[in-house]
Amino acid sequence: MAEKIRVLLAKPGLDGHDRGIKVIAAAFRDAGMEVIYTGLRQTPPMIVDAAIQEDVDAIGVSILSGAHMTLFPAILKEMKEKGAGDIILFGGGIVPDEEIKELEALGVAKVFTPGAPTEESIRFLREAVGKKKSDEKIM
Amino acid sequence: MTVLEKFYQRDIRALSRIISFVENREEGYRQLLGELYRMVGHGLRIGITGPPGAGKSTLVNRLVHRFVADGKTVAVIAVDPTSPFSGGALLGDRVRMQEFPAAEQVYFRSMATRGATGGLAAATDNIAVVMEAFGYDVVLIETVGVGQVELDIIDACDTVVVTLVPESGDAVQAMKAGLMEISDVMVINKADRPGSENLIDELKSALHLQKRDPDAWQIPIIATEGINDKNIDLLYEKILEHDAFTRNNGRFDAHRREQIKKKIINILRNRFQREFLDTLAGQVSFEQIVDDIYYGRQNPFQVGEDLYDAFGRK
Ligand SMILES: Nc1nc2c(ncn2[C@@H]2O[C@H](COP(=O)(O)OP(=O)(O)O)[C@@H](O)[C@H]2O)c(=O)[nH]1
Ligand SMILES: [Mg+2]
Repeated sequence: MAEKIRVLLAKPGLDGHDRGIKVIAAAFRDAGMEVIYTGLRQTPPMIVDAAIQEDVDAIGVSILSGAHMTLFPAILKEMKEKGAGDIILFGGGIVPDEEIKELEALGVAKVFTPGAPTEESIRFLREAVGKKKSDEKIM
Repeated sequence: MTVLEKFYQRDIRALSRIISFVENREEGYRQLLGELYRMVGHGLRIGITGPPGAGKSTLVNRLVHRFVADGKTVAVIAVDPTSPFSGGALLGDRVRMQEFPAAEQVYFRSMATRGATGGLAAATDNIAVVMEAFGYDVVLIETVGVGQVELDIIDACDTVVVTLVPESGDAVQAMKAGLMEISDVMVINKADRPGSENLIDELKSALHLQKRDPDAWQIPIIATEGINDKNIDLLYEKILEHDAFTRNNGRFDAHRREQIKKKIINILRNRFQREFLDTLAGQVSFEQIVDDIYYGRQNPFQVGEDLYDAFGRK
């Protein structure tokens, strides 16, 4: 059986709009993915703990509060500390090009800016997950 | 180190990986389950079922905190439907889970039905085995909540909580749907809304009408307010009471034994079905057969007999 892509969507920080992320969640589901939606005001530790328990391939976060330069690195740090550095982290927000470069250098796989079509993020996610290889032995 | 070795060292990532391994039926998953099955005792498995929006997740969240306060470790499985059109799923039960302690104490896993229709996913009871083997004292399972009655929960749990709301309709509907038969504890949630007392009265008299052994468990009906944390202590108490009651009178054992029997039959049925269909796939053209039936040259009943005679008798 082909494995389903599992992706966790979260909204860290204090801004209280979840419309955008719900649209993305529905689009990912319609693309055949299993989407775990965690709701608003998630802290980086909550996001990473949930991602580990749900064994997701990727974490997608929406950050519209402008706090992307603190939240993304905080999530990455949490992932590394908890041995979850292999999970793909991507997100969306109003982020200038230079900062996108900076974030991608830190380990964020992709940052989408407002207006990017959902097909683009679906394509990105499929490719990124497809490239992920694991050589771990179960038994 | 293998993932299983890490699992034995109580590594949460390994637990999550193994749950996926079992859920995806990856090569070797049966052998792994067999290994873990030996470590499973008779921990408490609780099912929460009821229509969408009744407050199942809200109650799960409350109950988890009660168990934690009693020093228990809890694993939750929350099942949501897979879209039959896209194969995708939106799993949103996590939203209601608030202020959980670390995963060693409370572990939460969302599952999509992936085509199953009885209220759970095909792998749900196997995942419960994995969680118990990891060491969780209690496994709480929330069903999908879209079907009429979600019977799978009976075979996966020891104690079933059926959740209704004042808007759920009258007691006759609940009876017709067979909800009385599957409940060990009945909850009318959203008791802050009008109509709950009415429904409770109706349910009580409906329960009275049913012929019951006087020594049998008397199904309690509890009015709760999940959002206001009202009467949750009573619900918690009744769940524990039911557990103690069934463990004392042998019902718990009988039910578990029945579950084991069903499990074996299920495993055999799946095995036979898979093998038979694999054999057929190599040798029979379904297109041709469908043509024959569609144009009246054959009928499905005769075809069934013929195929069974030709390939099924071994
Ligand atoms: N009025 C009222 N609303 C409640 C109560 N319990 C839960 N809810 C709300 O009902 C909605 C559905 O709850 P949820 O737990 O997700 O239901 P589920 O679909 O059965 O899991 C949410 O908006 C809850 O906040 C209650 O006791 N009273
Ligand atoms: Mg729910």
